[in-house]
Amino acid sequence: MSDNRRISFRNPADESFSTKLILVALTLVFLAFFLFLPLVSVFYEAFREGWVTYEEALLEPDAWAAIRLTLIVAAIAVPLNLVFGLAASWAIAKFEFKGKAFLITLIDLPFSISPVISGLVYVLLFGSGSLLGPWLKSYGIEILFAVPGIVLATVFVTFPFVARELIPLMQDQGTGDEEAALSLGASGWQTFWYVTLPNIKWGLLYGVLLCNARAMGEFGAVSVVSGRIRGLTNTMPLHVEILYNEYNMVAAFAVASLLALLALVTLALKTFLELRFGAGAAGGRH
Amino acid sequence: MEVKINNIRKEFDRFAALNDVSLNIASGELIALLGPSGSGKTTLLRLIAGLDFPTAGQIFFGEEDASRHSVQERNVGFVFQHYALFRHMTVAQNIGFGLKVRPSASRPPKSEIKKRVSDLLDMVQLSGLENRYPNQLSGGQRQRVALARAMAIEPRILLLDEPFGALDAKVRKELRRWLREFHDRTGHTTVFVTHDQEEALELADRVVVMSQGKIEQVGSADDVYDRPQSPFVFSFIGESSHLPVEVKNGTVLFQGEPIGISEKTDAAGDLFFRPEDVVLTDEKDALFGKVTACRRLAGTRIAEIDIANNGHDPFHVEVEVPLHAPVELGSEARFRPTRWKIFNK
Repeated sequence: MSDNRRISFRNPADESFSTKLILVALTLVFLAFFLFLPLVSVFYEAFREGWVTYEEALLEPDAWAAIRLTLIVAAIAVPLNLVFGLAASWAIAKFEFKGKAFLITLIDLPFSISPVISGLVYVLLFGSGSLLGPWLKSYGIEILFAVPGIVLATVFVTFPFVARELIPLMQDQGTGDEEAALSLGASGWQTFWYVTLPNIKWGLLYGVLLCNARAMGEFGAVSVVSGRIRGLTNTMPLHVEILYNEYNMVAAFAVASLLALLALVTLALKTFLELRFGAGAAGGRH
Repeated sequence: MEVKINNIRKEFDRFAALNDVSLNIASGELIALLGPSGSGKTTLLRLIAGLDFPTAGQIFFGEEDASRHSVQERNVGFVFQHYALFRHMTVAQNIGFGLKVRPSASRPPKSEIKKRVSDLLDMVQLSGLENRYPNQLSGGQRQRVALARAMAIEPRILLLDEPFGALDAKVRKELRRWLREFHDRTGHTTVFVTHDQEEALELADRVVVMSQGKIEQVGSADDVYDRPQSPFVFSFIGESSHLPVEVKNGTVLFQGEPIGISEKTDAAGDLFFRPEDVVLTDEKDALFGKVTACRRLAGTRIAEIDIANNGHDPFHVEVEVPLHAPVELGSEARFRPTRWKIFNK
């Protein structure tokens, strides 16, 4: 007796074709509706009245000032958080000390509190009713409603990104490589430069990328401390809101399209890094 | 380089990982630190290297007090358990690392480093692999790269942490022999940590048996196997059984009855003996019990025997019996140790 039917064995973790189809379709519809459609509409609105209007909206002095301010803030906040994140994760991953769990909680704090509160904290610290504000003002230093306040708020909101990315990575790598380098006669700096840094470079880049995206896109905390003075203390997200409230749709979406572009570039770089770096880059995702 | 360890104590959060440990290592000696996990052997190795610092006590390299010096200043070659090779560097870069990071005054020129690296690769029989990355090497090759890297700095002593721990059984045996030859050729004072007694006994000139942060015994393979100085060493090295006994008027009594052996001094303690140091007997003065299991072991058999204990859990002992001896499952066996040691309570 022969049985000519083809016997197919299904992987126990596999699903039937129809189930797969439904799940994939559901996901695609969801993604199209919530991600793709809004993204397309941003660019559609921005270019509705043609390239010239788009260009004019971006080159308009207030918009240009907002773009510049956003770049300046990111250029200060990201390197600061790069250094802070490196130092914090180095300390947490490579050394044992009291209060470590508390430090980790502190680093996560900006994730767990509303950005508006983060902004308000600086208003309370440096506002006219506070102790520090008037004192600094007497020396001619303006924090609130000026660039320093915006930078401070941005640094606060974005400081977990690099550290969160590096801590699990460095903990996973342990201290073996560093001890090996030290036993071979390397100094602390040489060990950091030749051994620790190359081991974490992709994870570090990934953290910086996320940190930068957030620094440029931050709205809540910055809106509280900036005072929204057009052409002076407006960042791009704030400028988009103002334009939108003035029913200047084309200009609002033109600036928004720049932020959306930044998001796309970040995504592309992130995908590249993950390909390059394997599963390790995704290790520290929260 | 001669190494002297004087009254070392090491505490982690008030827990004493090492307690008053002293040890002298002669120049050119190959020493094994042997013990179960948690015995403090790795801690001792790390203290010698300078990767940890003792809570009390001193370590001398020759006449020099090394415990005042950092790991960089001590100039020791340390081979880590999982090798800790730098994954982003090639084999050649790994081996040359210790030379490259030297201050410019003592750093050899590039060509010299290159030559030294290639000599070392020759020595560990890995020539031709200089441009590979660690993840392109087998476990045994990585191990030898780690050794070459440690040797590149011309260390005063060589320290190896579980050098064969991460290798499979066959490679382990080959490398063991290879390391012994390597040691004999280079003549470095070498200390390695292991939990594998076979490895320690086969490879080392002297074995340091450790338990619970203390040195139990230091001696050659014969010393620790044939003349164990503590109950721990007797049961940790090789197979053994023990029974509570008394010695009265020179006769050894078990449960108040003579068992046909004698001792010089009266005492009360534990009688230790090895399975192979036992003879079956028909005489009345002997140990006896019921055979609960019998297993074939190469040319002999091992019988597991339960000795009755007045209604308590029976004493369990193992003895070696000839292949054709009338010892079967469920039968009663009578035997007597031929070599033993009694440790006082």
